[in-house]
Amino acid sequence: MSPALLAALTVFVLAILCGFAVISKVPATLHTPLMSGANSIHGIVLVGSMVIAATAHDPLSQILSFVAVAFATMNVVGGYVVTDRMLQMFRRKPAAAPAKKAEGEG
Amino acid sequence: MDAVEIVVRLAWLVGAAGFVIGLMRMNSPATARNGNLLSAAGMAIAIAGTAVLLATQGVVDITGWVIILAGIAVGGGLGLYTARTVKMTAMPQLVSLFNAVGGGAAALIAIDDYIRLAGAQTLLPNSISLEVSIPTVLDIVIGGITFTGSLIASGKLMGVIPGKPIQVPGGQLVTAALAAIVAVAAIYLWLGNVSVPILFVIIAASLTFGVTMVLPIGGADMPVVISLLNSFTGTAVAMAGFVLGNDVLIIAGALVGASGAILTKLMADAMNRSVINIMLGGFGGGEGTVAVGGPEGGTVRSLGIDDAAIQLAYAQNVIIVPGYGLAVAQAQHAVRELADLLEQRGVNVSYAIHPVAGRMPGHMNVLLAEANVPYPQLREMDDINPEFERADVALVVGANDVTNPAARRAGTPVSGMPILDVDHAKSIIVVKRSMGRGYAGIDNELYVNPKTGMLFADAKQGLADLVAAVKAL
Repeated sequence: MSPALLAALTVFVLAILCGFAVISKVPATLHTPLMSGANSIHGIVLVGSMVIAATAHDPLSQILSFVAVAFATMNVVGGYVVTDRMLQMFRRKPAAAPAKKAEGEG
Repeated sequence: MDAVEIVVRLAWLVGAAGFVIGLMRMNSPATARNGNLLSAAGMAIAIAGTAVLLATQGVVDITGWVIILAGIAVGGGLGLYTARTVKMTAMPQLVSLFNAVGGGAAALIAIDDYIRLAGAQTLLPNSISLEVSIPTVLDIVIGGITFTGSLIASGKLMGVIPGKPIQVPGGQLVTAALAAIVAVAAIYLWLGNVSVPILFVIIAASLTFGVTMVLPIGGADMPVVISLLNSFTGTAVAMAGFVLGNDVLIIAGALVGASGAILTKLMADAMNRSVINIMLGGFGGGEGTVAVGGPEGGTVRSLGIDDAAIQLAYAQNVIIVPGYGLAVAQAQHAVRELADLLEQRGVNVSYAIHPVAGRMPGHMNVLLAEANVPYPQLREMDDINPEFERADVALVVGANDVTNPAARRAGTPVSGMPILDVDHAKSIIVVKRSMGRGYAGIDNELYVNPKTGMLFADAKQGLADLVAAVKAL
């Protein structure tokens, strides 16, 4: 196993644990926006799509990478915009259950 | 590593940190929007950094830039348009659609990478190392399943594909055959053979598997399926990160993979179902479910609009229980109009939100927030359950299984599912189109409770009639 792969595996496992820790505290109310928010984060695949598009020299590669870039951008842009639209609706709640807030910060 | 690459790698690190902190801030309604913006900012930094890296390395020719810019323009335009115009009730299917394209992009990266590697060398055995071929195959399998699976899930919610479970001819045999094909093909490639045709066998089998996996699952279970596929996409993206040796893809993908898995389990728990049971499809086929041994032969009392309006208008405390039916009928504005009218008459109104009300956990909150229902009136299950005893009227709109008292007894399909204690209210009004069953497929004992009056109507129409009747009092 190469050092690079070992480093990548380390990052992978720690990121998974991080995901578990961060998510398990979210109240049910926010699960739908959260799912949508997480959905936009995997739009990071755009970075990978750009990398393969940059080095595409034959027609097949060019078509595949064009579709990948378009798909990934749709995921990123659409995901963040729709999540923001959802969360915008939670704006007016000055007295929003103080108990819940304490829980979130604790 | 030159200076530019160091800066870009740091930019990717900042992006990844933005995703983690952004998700953390989505814990609470007060900071959620800010958290999403933070995550979006992280994304923008990571993408801009990538563009800088590609520009300074000088590897990109003009065609490459055209592909990237055209792809971003097309995908960004479509994403922006659909995200801005979608109705909030149709939002789950859009999330599923974005999920499909994300998984598709991840799979395309591995496909493209493999074809290039295969083309670049003379066909010597072991010329593509396991370090590449393992994540490549995993990325294609998971990404492929997610792509078609999410499209089917989205189609079911849109009504393009019938929401009811569709049995694939040969069912489990087909599934097993597809799994076997993928396994054999994967092992063939991992043994060091380089073959693009075999790669296409894996692609085709994965795409088909996605279809046969989701088709037999009913529409009511789609939230859990979408959440599971969301987790799959994250994992596929992480695998794409391994293929390209890119840390930010690995971090973001693993984060989403883990979060999606947790969400899926939370949703399935709230419905008292195991994820495995859902994926195996169909509630009714479950063995060992005992017939409901509750109070048999109870009679159902039908209630007129005017009677219902009088009960509501002269109550002190009213708890509204919105459910799936309200979401389907898009009656969130009508319910709010009724609540406002009752509040003007001095009635105390609150909403009891079951964790899985609507089509996804939290979906009901979003729908009601869209209709400008004040946030403090939305109460979560554990919080409101003790208050049903003090409620004069519980108004159930389009909710079924989550109110069934049978869940408190053992031996029914809903046993153990957390429910709203609607039957503790002094009287109960149920707005429902018919005596039809919920997705659990059993009768709701609440409906034969002597305190319950059934108002047979479509949720939206029934609420509109109630508003008119209350106004006329």
